[in-house]
Amino acid sequence: MSTLSLTGVSRWYGNVVAVNDISMALGPGVTGLLGPNGAGKTTLLHMMAGFLAPSRGTVTLDDEPTWRNPDVYRRLGLVSEREAVQGFLTAYEFVLASAKLHRLPDPAAAARRAIDLVELESAQDRRIGTYSKGMRQRARVAAALVHEPQVLLLDEPFNGMDPRQRLHMMQLLHTLGDAGRTILFSSHILEEVEQVSGTVQVMVAGRLAASGDFRTIRRLMTNRPHVFAVRSTDDRALAVALIAEASVSGVELEPTGLTVRAGDYGAFTRALPRIALSKGIRVRQLVPSDESLESVFSYLVEA
Amino acid sequence: MSTVTWITARGLFGRRRFLLLLPLPLVLLGLAVLCRSLGVDPREWGPPVLVGLGLAVVLPVVALIIGTGVLGAEIDDGTVVHILTKPLPRWQIVLPKLAVAAGVTAVTVAVPLYVAGVLASSVRLGLALAAAAALGALAYSAFFLALSLVTRRPVLLGLVYVLIWEGLLGNFVSGTKVLSIQQYVIALADRIAPTGLLEASVSVSVASVMTALVSVGFTVLAIDRLRSFSVAGETS
Repeated sequence: MSTLSLTGVSRWYGNVVAVNDISMALGPGVTGLLGPNGAGKTTLLHMMAGFLAPSRGTVTLDDEPTWRNPDVYRRLGLVSEREAVQGFLTAYEFVLASAKLHRLPDPAAAARRAIDLVELESAQDRRIGTYSKGMRQRARVAAALVHEPQVLLLDEPFNGMDPRQRLHMMQLLHTLGDAGRTILFSSHILEEVEQVSGTVQVMVAGRLAASGDFRTIRRLMTNRPHVFAVRSTDDRALAVALIAEASVSGVELEPTGLTVRAGDYGAFTRALPRIALSKGIRVRQLVPSDESLESVFSYLVEA
Repeated sequence: MSTVTWITARGLFGRRRFLLLLPLPLVLLGLAVLCRSLGVDPREWGPPVLVGLGLAVVLPVVALIIGTGVLGAEIDDGTVVHILTKPLPRWQIVLPKLAVAAGVTAVTVAVPLYVAGVLASSVRLGLALAAAAALGALAYSAFFLALSLVTRRPVLLGLVYVLIWEGLLGNFVSGTKVLSIQQYVIALADRIAPTGLLEASVSVSVASVMTALVSVGFTVLAIDRLRSFSVAGETS
């Protein structure tokens, strides 16, 4: 069991403050680091991983600083956001090289175990350059896991993955978290983290805006009012049917279409096709109109 | 062979950039063979080909391409993170990379210089040029490797050093020659095989001490810079 502790950590570039006075302690389990782009998540992760010195404050892994201390990598793994892989290597060679650099007693077995864990055996002898994005990401996770670190940091691991790959990756992270490892991943897309059952830390503009149980924050997220722009073959008839729905709190009829306010994102999006189908109305357009991340996150911060 | 060496060598030979290394030594070789077969007096073609092309251009440029490539290319594309997230003391990363850079540079440059030296004068001159070029390769590699950790534009700064400092200022301001790896190489080669073809402008003792200082100093600098290697955040 390892604990990654941040105490009053700040980082600035010139007079731009990227990370502002953040303290947290990460223990075993899966933790999500959420926040819009530019909130300072990557800067924070780099400081955790020893790739950036904090301008103020300390980052320690079991009371040892991570900065200028390569020994922490015995217990820490990092999957960075940049998709940097030596494309001319096969996944097996890539993970094996990692195992050898870690001076593991049996690098070949460790590499095979890590590749097994991310379920990449069938493609392990192909060059990484030929992989899909999700596979490349898994190869990088395998390389970061080869020495079975207590702490694994992942920067935007779900970027560019399709929902199936995302689910798979999330399951993998949970398996690791349940085994007593400390897993931290960052994400700027709330929907990506739906299946997380751990704690989340929400960062907005360099500050820690919220932290706690995911379900609480998830409820705040789903219960906020959502606005959709809907266009259909018969807007008025659709409006009549929609207002009878419990999840809909208001409908406006406009020349360009309907503006629908829904209290529950999931219930509304499930109800709409059912209603349209039963009324014989064809829905031409369904656009969530205030789903910008900033609005979601600022809603979270206010709540 | 250590894993770092293996990855570095594969990275070096796996990139197209490596093909850039071939033309220069071939031109040197071709010119030497041509001059010899046409029967031109070695005193006439020796200095421009051996020094003007071989030591002043081929050696530093080849060292520049390789020296900034062994670590700089990995920093550029981000793969350096894979090596850095390992519990290795940083000297165990820098030294293998330096060894690959200096070794490949030495082989690439010493072979044509040896042949050109033999054609110009004697086997002794050939060996002297090859040995001095190998020492120069080490000093240049250490310098360019450190440069790739100090600046984001190592190739540009390296070219400025080679072309402006060594190439241009060396002709006008003789003091700059004391801080010129090219002059150390010439002095060392001339010491091993004294001929009329090479004209040393620094003493042999200065050359040997400075070559050692440059090699060790920049290696230490590189190790220290790698220890504090920062990955730029998205905000910067």
